[in-house]
Amino acid sequence: MPEQRREQDGAIAGTGMGGAMDLAASEATALERTGGGPEGGPDPGRPRSLWSDAWRDLRRDPVFLVSALVILFLVLISLWPSVIAPGSPLSCDLAKAQDGPGPGAPFGYDGQGCNVYTRTVYGARTSVTVGVCATLGVALLGSVLGALAGFFGGVWDSVLSRGTDIFFAIPVVLGGLVLLSVVSSNTVWPVIGFMVLLGWPQVSRIARGSVITVRQNDYVQAARALGASHSRILLRHIAPNAVAPVIVVATIALGTYIALEATLSYLGVGLKPPSVSWGIDISAASPYVRNAPHALLWPAGALAVTVLAFIMLGDAVRDALDPKLR
Amino acid sequence: MAVTTEPVLEVGGLVKHYPLTRGIVLRKQIGAVKAVDGVDFTLGRGETLGIVGESGCGKSTVAKMLCHLERPTAGSIRFKGEDITGLSGRALKAVRRNIQMVFQDPYTSLNPRMTVGDIVGEPYEIHPEAAPRGDRRRRVRELLDVVGLNPEHINRYPHQFSGGQRQRIGIARGLALRPEVIVADEPVSALDVSVQAQVINLMARLQSEFDLSYLFIAHDLSIVRHISDRVGVMYLGRIVETGTDTEIYDHPTHPYTQALLSAVPVPDPEAREVRERIILSGDVPSPTDVPSGCRFRTRCWKARERCAREVPALAVPAVLREAPGPAAHDSACHFAEPLPVSRPPTARAVPPAETGEPAGNGSGPG
Repeated sequence: MPEQRREQDGAIAGTGMGGAMDLAASEATALERTGGGPEGGPDPGRPRSLWSDAWRDLRRDPVFLVSALVILFLVLISLWPSVIAPGSPLSCDLAKAQDGPGPGAPFGYDGQGCNVYTRTVYGARTSVTVGVCATLGVALLGSVLGALAGFFGGVWDSVLSRGTDIFFAIPVVLGGLVLLSVVSSNTVWPVIGFMVLLGWPQVSRIARGSVITVRQNDYVQAARALGASHSRILLRHIAPNAVAPVIVVATIALGTYIALEATLSYLGVGLKPPSVSWGIDISAASPYVRNAPHALLWPAGALAVTVLAFIMLGDAVRDALDPKLR
Repeated sequence: MAVTTEPVLEVGGLVKHYPLTRGIVLRKQIGAVKAVDGVDFTLGRGETLGIVGESGCGKSTVAKMLCHLERPTAGSIRFKGEDITGLSGRALKAVRRNIQMVFQDPYTSLNPRMTVGDIVGEPYEIHPEAAPRGDRRRRVRELLDVVGLNPEHINRYPHQFSGGQRQRIGIARGLALRPEVIVADEPVSALDVSVQAQVINLMARLQSEFDLSYLFIAHDLSIVRHISDRVGVMYLGRIVETGTDTEIYDHPTHPYTQALLSAVPVPDPEAREVRERIILSGDVPSPTDVPSGCRFRTRCWKARERCAREVPALAVPAVLREAPGPAAHDSACHFAEPLPVSRPPTARAVPPAETGEPAGNGSGPG
């Protein structure tokens, strides 16, 4: 009797991508009731969860592997730039200004006669730090506040929504000029702080909307009917289903933050010249781009590759967290 | 008619009004949606109480209140004699173990990002005292087997299953804590007809296996009859008639039940030609503006002035009290009486095709 039921169900299990395989698997198990996982998968006795399955998928995903390697490389040269770039990024020789590639300077020289290769390698630290820290800060603050507002609603939601409106009304460049001009420290942290302050409302709005959509699903009601706590509902049921848009927006924003750091530096309120960053070099090279395009193209290319790597990483993680794409 | 076993769930005067407000800063209540407006019933151990009624009559709201997903505006819910209406915190969590829910839509009631093992095992994580940690996995596999799923599929995700299989997963989750009451809110209405029967039969089997009491909500009258011991008919937030399935289906005394039953499609073309259909005029009144007295009077062909003045009580009608029989059951109507004609063959004398009435000929509504 149970076997028969199973077979009937197997016959209509044609919904997913593996419909035919489902059918074959359930028929086989219905007839023989032997052990061994369907589709030759691993031992079904071992518990699996979304995160362990996602990690298994990621390890085989070429997009993830390539982007992770690029990011790993960026992190390594941020930590130890002198390993691959001998010399100092600050020792410049005006006599070589705007020169093309030469010995020890495969990328040529910029307008001040500095080695573009050395400066691009040394600039990674600042740019990657700004991009990653600002993105993490914005994503964490924005998604936590947005998720709480979307989940609890009511007064909390109204206050937060009006708050985001206020922050949206502040123009980024003007706000940067005003806020950062009073800071004297020449480190990346005030710049990152400013970006988080102005960036979180964007993520918070998306997270809020996403949480409100997910919250209405019956499985959230089912968890409540079981007596699940708010934190369990938020972390186990809502977060995994609501995180995808946040990942997309955050990884795209990462490039914007690296570029924004350049804008602020160009305006004189970000990092000041003894610091090295791609943003500073890009803005410094733009006036003479027709004479020495290489001085612009190498740091800009590094920026583009970095942004691409993070966007690809975000894409891969988002896909791995969606069981339907497996 | 009376509950034969000890009651597990007693509901009295259950009311749920959703306030309608106007204004953003200064909220002013300008009315209320009376989704549920005074519902009483008792559910005995091992019994199935079916609740039928059209969309928007408050069936689902009743289900949500029983599972503490909505807080009642008034009324009481008693579980084994203990009032559980206003519970919160630890006491509420303990009660939740005993009343579980099966949802209507198997496509949204399972978290798409959890494996079946995690979904069915989650009750044990929320109530760790229900099963020792090392034993949970085995119990989940057992539950999958009980509901007719392959325990080997424990690591699969919901989208890899069909609608009927997903509903079985939902049932397994509901059973995990060994509840005494299962509230099933339209558990099969989202499924194919061929699968409906499988799920219904599964639920019937589980009922005897686990000594469950079901509150079974549906709009499909024949399915409710199939599984229910007793049936309650709801209209606009209230139960208008209740009795055993034979009493309700074969001897309805409330005009609304009679109209509802006459709308059930008949699978026999000859009988379909001759049967009498009661076609109600108008629409269901808005639950924000419920008619005075009997709430069905605006659509009832028997309505008199008395119906506008007095709210009919849900009790055995006076006229039927003398003669005990299947027609003598609770019916909230001042003029309750069984249908005069025994329906099927006799009425051949009036062939509907020749009457020329638009409602009577052709395929007709329904």
